[in-house]
Amino acid sequence: MRKRLCLFVLLLAALLLLSACHGSRKVGSFEVPQSLDTSRDYEIVFWAKNDTNKTQTEIYQKAIDDFQALYPNIHVNMRLYTDYGKIYNDVITNISTNTTPNVCITYPDHIATYMTGNNVVVPLDPLFSDPRYGLGGSELRFDGPAQDEIIPQFLSECVIAGTHYALPYMRSTEAVYINKTFVEKLGYEVPDILTWDFIWEVSDKAAQKDADGVYLLNGQKVMIPFIYKSTDNMMIQMLRQLGAGYSTENGGILLFNDTTKSLLETISQHVSNGAFSTFKISSYPANFLNAGQCVFAVDSTAGATWMGSEAPLTDISRDKFVAFETAMRMVPQFDPANPKMISQGPSVCVFNHGDPQEVLASWLFTQYLLSNDVQIAYASTEGYVPVTTCAQQAPEYVDYLARIGEDNKEHYAVKIEASRLLTDNVASTFVTPAFNGSASLRDAAGQLIENTVKSVRRKQTVDDAYFEKLYSDIVSLYHLNQGDSAQGMGGKQDLGPLPGMSRGLLIGLVVLWVGIGLYALRDFLEKHRKDFSKRK
Amino acid sequence: MKKILALMLTLCVLLGLSAFASAEETKGEGVMTYAEYAAADLDTEVVVETYVQAKQSWWDNKATVYTQDQDGAYFLYNMACSEEDYAKLVPGTKIKVTGYKSAWSGEVEITDATFEIEEGSFIAEPLDITDKLASEDLINYQNLLVSFKGMTVEASNDEGAAFLYSWDGSGAHDSNSDLYFKVSKDGQTYSFTVESYLCDNTTDVYAAVENLKVGDVIDLTGFLYWYEGANPHIISVAAAQ
Repeated sequence: MRKRLCLFVLLLAALLLLSACHGSRKVGSFEVPQSLDTSRDYEIVFWAKNDTNKTQTEIYQKAIDDFQALYPNIHVNMRLYTDYGKIYNDVITNISTNTTPNVCITYPDHIATYMTGNNVVVPLDPLFSDPRYGLGGSELRFDGPAQDEIIPQFLSECVIAGTHYALPYMRSTEAVYINKTFVEKLGYEVPDILTWDFIWEVSDKAAQKDADGVYLLNGQKVMIPFIYKSTDNMMIQMLRQLGAGYSTENGGILLFNDTTKSLLETISQHVSNGAFSTFKISSYPANFLNAGQCVFAVDSTAGATWMGSEAPLTDISRDKFVAFETAMRMVPQFDPANPKMISQGPSVCVFNHGDPQEVLASWLFTQYLLSNDVQIAYASTEGYVPVTTCAQQAPEYVDYLARIGEDNKEHYAVKIEASRLLTDNVASTFVTPAFNGSASLRDAAGQLIENTVKSVRRKQTVDDAYFEKLYSDIVSLYHLNQGDSAQGMGGKQDLGPLPGMSRGLLIGLVVLWVGIGLYALRDFLEKHRKDFSKRK
Repeated sequence: MKKILALMLTLCVLLGLSAFASAEETKGEGVMTYAEYAAADLDTEVVVETYVQAKQSWWDNKATVYTQDQDGAYFLYNMACSEEDYAKLVPGTKIKVTGYKSAWSGEVEITDATFEIEEGSFIAEPLDITDKLASEDLINYQNLLVSFKGMTVEASNDEGAAFLYSWDGSGAHDSNSDLYFKVSKDGQTYSFTVESYLCDNTTDVYAAVENLKVGDVIDLTGFLYWYEGANPHIISVAAAQ
C-alpha cells in the first residue's frame, strides 16, 4: 500500500513537472508545417471590426467568399464587431478557455496584452519568410504582397519585443474637420497647418453668447466650438509634438509629468470658457459639426464619411444639417514646421490553438486580406489607406483618388482628402510602443483629459492638489503602479533578491522532493534485495 | 346619498394622502424628488432614490441600468458596481444613487454614480404614450417604461426589409447586433431599437423582431431612450390587441 502510494505520488509529481513544462512553453514554438494538409477541412473563426458600415461588412463577406473559392477546404466564419474595445474584452475573456478566434482584427496595444497568455498569439516572422506559404510565397493561390510591398512604417507598427505579431490591415490618422464658414465669420482664415494656439483662440471666440444664452456665431443654444473624439490620441499627440514623455519602448511609464499637467491646465481654461468638450462627455463630433454646432471636430480619417455638411452618413436627421464649407487639416501642431500625427488603424493577428495546420490555414486567410482586391475595396469605404504599395499604386486605386468630389458617396471629397492626408504625411506619423499594459496607459492618457474636462464643467477646483490627486487616481484605476512607475509594466525589472520566506519555501520544496526520492529509492532497493534473496 | 358622497370624498383624500405619504416615504434625507432632479442643471451632483427596472450591461465594475420611481425615470450610465452587486440589482430593487446629471446626444442620464441598496421594491407598469409619439411633449417621458399600441411595421430600407441588423444592415444575428426597425402611426414613422446589450439574440423580443413582416400591426413595450431624438429600447413585441 505504501509502495503504491509512493508510486502514485511520484507519478503525480512527474505529471506536474510535465504540465509545468507545457505551461512554460515559450512563445515562438509554433513551426510552419511543410505543407497545407488539403485532405482536411478547417473552420476558421474571424472576428472583424467595421465602422458600422454596411459596405465594409459586404467587402469582408466577399473576401471570405473569394478566399473559400480558392481554398474550398477552409471555411471562414465571421463575427462582426463595431468596437475595438469589445473585441479586446472578448479576446481576453476567451484566452483562458482557448476559445479565441483564429484570426482577429485588433490593435498592437491589445496584442501585447493577449501575449501574456502562453503561445496564444502566433509570431509571424517564420510565416512571413516561408518560401511556399509566406508573403508572396510560391504556393499561394492568390496574388498576395511580398514583404517589401507592405509599407515599412505600417509593418513596423506590428512589432512587439522585436517580433512581428500582426499584419497591418488598414491605416488611418486623425484629422480636424472644420466649419470654414464659421472660422471666416469670426474673422480668421484657415491656415494650412493649424496650431494649438490658433484653435484655442478661435474656439474661445466661438463660445461667446448673448444674454439669453444664444451663441452669437450660430444663433443656437448649442455650440461646442472644439470637440475631440479620442482624447487618448489628443494627449499622446500633444506630448509627442512637445517632445515630452509618454512611455519608453520597453514599458516604462512617463505620462505623469509636468508637461502633461501643463497641457491639462490649458485644456481646463478653455473648458471653463465653454470652448471644448469630448466625445465621451457630449457625443460624436460629426453630430455637432453637421448641425452647425461646432467649428473644429477632431475624429479619425476613418470616420470621414460622417463629417461635413454633405456627409453621406449621418446619425442626425437631415433636417438638422446646416450648409457650410467643410475644410480638413491635420491635427493641430505645436511646431508646424515639424508636424507629428498618430498612425492608427486595424491590424490582423493569428491565434494559436495548438494545431499548426489550422494556424497555417488562418495565416493564408490573413494574407488574403492584404490582396489588392480587399485592400482597395475596403480603403475606399472610408478615409483609410491601403497598407501595400501594390494596392496604393494599382490603377484602380489611383483612379479612385483622382475622382475626388465627383459624387457624394464613393468619391465624397472629404473622405478622399482624408486618405490623401495620410499618404502625403506618412513621414510625419508615429506610433506609441506596444507592451503589456500599453492599452491601459493609452486609456489613462485619455482619462486625464476626460476627468479634467468633467471637473471643470462640474465647477470643481482644478489646481495643483487636484492634479496630484488625479494622477494618483488614474495610476490606481489603470493599475499603472505595478512596480516602479519609471520602469512601468512591460519592462524587465531587476526585482532584487528573493525575500527570506520565499527562499525558505523553495528550500523546503527541494528538501521535500529529495526526501520523496530517497524514500522511493530505499523502497526500491529493499524490494530488489528481498527479490534477490528469494531468487538465491 | 350625502353619506356616500362624504365617504367617497374621505376615501379620495385618504388615498391621496397615502400616495403622498408613500412618495415621501421613499425619499430619504438629502434625496431629490423626481421634480427636483428634472429641474437640476446638467453637470450638477444629484442624489436620487429609485428602483431598478432593467439592466443593460456590466463590464469592468461598471453597470448601466434603467431605473424609475413612481414619478419619473433615471438612466444610470456606467455606474460603479461590482459584479457581485450587479447580481443583486434585480427588477424592483430600491437603490440610492449619487452621481452627476449629464446629457449625451440628448439622453439625460446619471454618470459617475455610486449606489447603495435600500429596503423597498417597485416595478413600474408601462405607460401608454402612443398618442405622445408625435408631440414635443415626448421628451418629458424620457427613459420611462412605456408602451406603444397598434403600430404598423414599415420597410427599413429600399429592399423592403422589416428590420436591420445595426442601423444600416451592417450587423448580423451571430454578431449580436442591435436590431433597428420602423413603425408608423397616423402617417408618422418612427425608428425603434432592440438594444442587444439589454435584450440579446437569445431573447424573445429579438426573435420577435427578426420575424416581423412589413405591414404587421404590433404593440410594443420598452424604455424611452434618447439618441439625437427618441430611440425606444424595445423589450417586448406582440401582435396588436
